[in-house]
Amino acid sequence: MRRARRVLLPMLLLAALIGAWQVAAANGAIAEALSLEPFLVPSPAEVGSALWENRGLLWENTWVTLREILLGLAAGVLAGVLLALPMRFSTLLRDAAYPLAVAAQAIPIVAIGPILVVWFGFGIVPKIVIVALAIFFPVLVSTLDGLRSVDPEAVKMMRTLDGSRWAIFRRVEVPTALPSFFSGLKIAAAIAPIVALFAELIGSSSGLGRQIQSDNANLEIPRMFAAVVILMLIGVVLFGLTALAQRLVVRWR
Amino acid sequence: MEPGPPATIDAGAAVAIRGLSHSFGELEVLAGLELTSPPHTVLGLVGPSGCGKSTLLEILCGLREPSEGTVAVGGEVAAAARLAHCAFMPQRDLLLPWYSALDNAALALRNRGAGRAEARERAGELFGRFGLAGFERARPAQLSGGMRQRVAFLRTLVAGKPVLALDEPFAALDAITRAEMQEWLAGALREDPRTTVLVSHDVEEALYLCDRVTVLSARPGRIVAELRPPAPRAPDRLAAITDPAFVQAREAALRALRKGSR
Repeated sequence: MRRARRVLLPMLLLAALIGAWQVAAANGAIAEALSLEPFLVPSPAEVGSALWENRGLLWENTWVTLREILLGLAAGVLAGVLLALPMRFSTLLRDAAYPLAVAAQAIPIVAIGPILVVWFGFGIVPKIVIVALAIFFPVLVSTLDGLRSVDPEAVKMMRTLDGSRWAIFRRVEVPTALPSFFSGLKIAAAIAPIVALFAELIGSSSGLGRQIQSDNANLEIPRMFAAVVILMLIGVVLFGLTALAQRLVVRWR
Repeated sequence: MEPGPPATIDAGAAVAIRGLSHSFGELEVLAGLELTSPPHTVLGLVGPSGCGKSTLLEILCGLREPSEGTVAVGGEVAAAARLAHCAFMPQRDLLLPWYSALDNAALALRNRGAGRAEARERAGELFGRFGLAGFERARPAQLSGGMRQRVAFLRTLVAGKPVLALDEPFAALDAITRAEMQEWLAGALREDPRTTVLVSHDVEEALYLCDRVTVLSARPGRIVAELRPPAPRAPDRLAAITDPAFVQAREAALRALRKGSR
């Protein structure tokens, strides 16, 4: 019952909002209120038919953007975790590297994006680099915090049970860190699509971001909205998948 | 070359503590302790909160080195040897929530490299005897406080070490469950006598479970009394703790505690 409610209620609200927009856009109320040409305010039905008519093009661009998001996520998560692990084992390394990681996070990606495109070209590489740069920090911090939240009493208990450093890491520290790691992963999954889109705006020849840019310029408004809808869906599905993975892995909570 | 400290002392004793003092920086927590415990006996340590009881257990188990003095377990002085000889049961059960009751109990075997199936089989053999049959696959969160404590004790026993170090094992339980668990632990130790060091702030618990009870003063902890309880681990707990000799021992212990905390 509660479950059905949690799925059904947002669906109903969404349907109501789309319905209201449909009515307001179809009779020109929004365009009139904003003093705009009606074609600038497409109705959900028009967006839907643009989605269908341009499915070939949209699919191609979706695939390009999705690859950037997934590869960028993989690279960023890998970098975050691989940095967090040695920083857990060596306080020397942590003291040395943590401030640098914070500084790296403070680099405005908007500012260095263009030069990354110059360095790495118009292909997929600068997009992966930009997405990875944006998400490695939340992953690093959440993983490191998780590893450090280990109960020192549990470590003592493991030592008297003949637990080696590796056994303590594997049986106590990693499971302790998992919930926190997944929190970081969720943040990463939520921001990766936005960052990938931004990376395409800086310079690219394909992808949903590139398409949105040119559709805006050419006043192909319904198709532009179709691309936005796809991006939203990617974001929701990615977040849902990480939440699902968390539930499957962290079963004891 | 200067001769180092002897590697072994009091080889006959299971636990031997000589001139032990410990400080954390400026804070002195233990002062000049002398203790010996023969094999297969239960030694109790009672004292007010903060008198260094838990620190003493950590030193005994080789988790810490004392600032001064020597500690030997099974005659061996080195911290690594003490760690190898002692199994530590902490105050909170510290069961790992991501493992089943069985996998928690089998932790020591897994840590020593036993395969999962073998470790489960060996730990599982004891579940019936501990009143835990049928709960092998339960997660710690699904168990009652008393059951969790029994799993924690089982985990300590499965480690197969000669010395058990129990740090206020029942302090977190309600009074009724605690009494049941004391009776249960008495039974387990009657059946399978182990050299045990039990830390408690509950005088009654220590006098009921131990062969000898050492009363420590407030910080820095020093020995203020040594008591010999009249009927350690008697099958009928209620009869034992209401016996006049027990009541007398309890009064003596409480007086020593009061004197020591001034």
